[in-house]
Amino acid sequence: MAHAATAHEAHHDHPTGWRRWVLSTNHKDIGTMYLIFGIVAGLIGGALSIAMRLELQEPGLQYFTNPQTYNVFVTGHGLIMVFFVVMPALIGGFGNWFVPIMIGAPDMAFPRMNNVSFWLLPAAFGLLLISMFVEGAPGSTGFGGGWTVYPPLSTSGHPGPALDFGILALHIAGASSILGAINFITTILNMRAPGMTIHRMPLFAWAMLVTAFLLLLSLPVLAGAITMLLTDRNFGTTFFDPAGGGDPVLYQHLFWFFGHPEVYIMILPAFGIVSHIISTFSKKPVFGYLGMAYAMVAIGAVGFVVWAHHMYTAGLSLKTQQYFVFATMVIAVPTGVKIFSWIATMWGGSMRFTSPMIWAIGFIFLFTVGGVTGVVLANAGIDRQLHNTYYVVAHFHYVLSLGAVFAIFAAWYYWFPKITGYVFSEFLAKLHFWIAFIGANVLFFPMHFSGLAGMPRHYVDYPDAFAGWNRISSIGSYIFAFGLLVFFYGCWQAFSRKQAAGENPWGAGATTLEWTLSSPPPYHQFETLPRITGSEH
Amino acid sequence: MTDAPAPLQQKKDRAMRRTMFACVGVVATMTGAAFAAVPLYELFCKVTGFGGTPRIAESEASRVADRVFTVRFDANVAPGLPWKFEPETPSVDVRAGETITVFYKIRNTSSSESVGIANFNVQPNQIGGWFNKLQCFCFNELTLKPGETMDAPVVFFVDPEIVKERELERVRTITLSYTFFPAKGHPKPLAEAKTGRSEAPEL
Repeated sequence: MAHAATAHEAHHDHPTGWRRWVLSTNHKDIGTMYLIFGIVAGLIGGALSIAMRLELQEPGLQYFTNPQTYNVFVTGHGLIMVFFVVMPALIGGFGNWFVPIMIGAPDMAFPRMNNVSFWLLPAAFGLLLISMFVEGAPGSTGFGGGWTVYPPLSTSGHPGPALDFGILALHIAGASSILGAINFITTILNMRAPGMTIHRMPLFAWAMLVTAFLLLLSLPVLAGAITMLLTDRNFGTTFFDPAGGGDPVLYQHLFWFFGHPEVYIMILPAFGIVSHIISTFSKKPVFGYLGMAYAMVAIGAVGFVVWAHHMYTAGLSLKTQQYFVFATMVIAVPTGVKIFSWIATMWGGSMRFTSPMIWAIGFIFLFTVGGVTGVVLANAGIDRQLHNTYYVVAHFHYVLSLGAVFAIFAAWYYWFPKITGYVFSEFLAKLHFWIAFIGANVLFFPMHFSGLAGMPRHYVDYPDAFAGWNRISSIGSYIFAFGLLVFFYGCWQAFSRKQAAGENPWGAGATTLEWTLSSPPPYHQFETLPRITGSEH
Repeated sequence: MTDAPAPLQQKKDRAMRRTMFACVGVVATMTGAAFAAVPLYELFCKVTGFGGTPRIAESEASRVADRVFTVRFDANVAPGLPWKFEPETPSVDVRAGETITVFYKIRNTSSSESVGIANFNVQPNQIGGWFNKLQCFCFNELTLKPGETMDAPVVFFVDPEIVKERELERVRTITLSYTFFPAKGHPKPLAEAKTGRSEAPEL
């Protein structure tokens, strides 16, 4: 198949220079741009978090002379990591690269729209960065109300234009994601190769399909909510202002109706990637394929009816809380199906502990830790105590920073040879893993203790009693950051030594279609569509 | 793609367009739903008493139950409105089902006319569905001339059916809270007139 695909390449337009990238309609080039964008944004978002950890290393004010600036850093870190790192890397980057290839399609359904999706993102990111440097709350720059942007702090607490820039950034990033989602859905539903039935589709494509539907259903609600914020701020409406009959709690409902599916949007692609890696290096098809696929559908569906577990302290009646506690815990069931299926895939498999594999196993372990604290927090009674403490920070960093980000690195090491054609040093990839694994745990595990002891989030300073665990957390963040140096050195080394990877560096376990193509794949693949016969997920 | 026979390709293009328009439809629907949530949420609060929204009743309770509540009155004025606003009595003891009238004193302390509207809420939140108002100054905007004083009445009762509600059996004290805000915009913009509480609610 691979050779057939390369044969006709010369017939097609293959733009070079800046036109190849800026005007790109090629899903692989656009995927590459998404990945580079995610790395750049990740460095900025990561730098903000290191600044926060530097400040929190000791009680008292060290670096931030204006505490509001710290709040702006927290907000910027959150928004950048969610909208400009995890989503572009997992959905735009790996999704664009591998969804068309895995389903045997020549490209995305709407290549031009794909280009628009990508280029909206740097524009949105630019607006968000500008937002940090224009007046927000009186006497400071930037918006400091957290990524949730709750009113009334966002409507009356920040008279400067900072949040208006932020809202427009989110609008544009949202438009980019919605266009991307439409593209993925159309591609996956219409452009699968002959024989690639929906139940033979690789799990990463399944994950992207569910993710795209979540984006389609949830992002417009965020867009609506922040538009109302924008008009409340600038045009005198009172959607969230009690003075005119509005209700700030309505914003929380709207936000979390988006916000909760959003966390699954960030983790479902990771689930798909990890399934492939575990299966490849266990040399077995993934255990319980259909269960795995429909577990993701179930997580996506139930994810829409649990939003108020973020709002237990906002005055819900006991019965409402009971429902949301129950519904939230139900999500642990399909999630458990996935985790046990990964373990069952490894069970009795011919396992090889390559670098992508240890990153994927690291993901499973750390995500499970985050999942368990999630079940703890699902209890309204316990949440009353832990709401807005560092326990919550620990929880969502275990599922996102240690979950989604570990999956991004797992995918990076898994597909790097395919994307670039070069081999990545196994030693450096594993070294990066161990530094990141130790660093991230030293960073986030103590936050459970600070949180249980009652340390609240979003503060630049804290009582001396919390000093011990905070110092340890800060040290962990430096270890994790050092791991990134190893990562970048590894990338540089791989590109400079140019050791060819070959079609399939991972051997017989790697069964999805991308491994049938050359590395890097031809500019246009599948001129002759592959025919899928057996089930080979 | 180019080597697919033309009719097949056309069919595929049509299918893709259908999918795309369906997706666009979903996006439009969800955007609409986000905005529709505003009036729906308010309606939902009014109907269910969600979030401590008191109900508006048209007739008194049919019976009086044994249970006694202490109803406390809380009065606030938002910044920007030069009014003094306080209840005549800090609290009253009422039996569930008993209709009570209390007065608030409102005084414009400034030398110019001003318009205010009160927002209201009862605590605990869950009591909203059982706290009924027959008459309230908060149903309308109030205009006070410089120095004018007004005795504003609230007529309310606690639904006697509350004795059947297990979740609320430990509630002894209810706080009725008002906050006066400067009324926004005269004449009011259209969008606000729809959702504002200034009109007499129909419920």
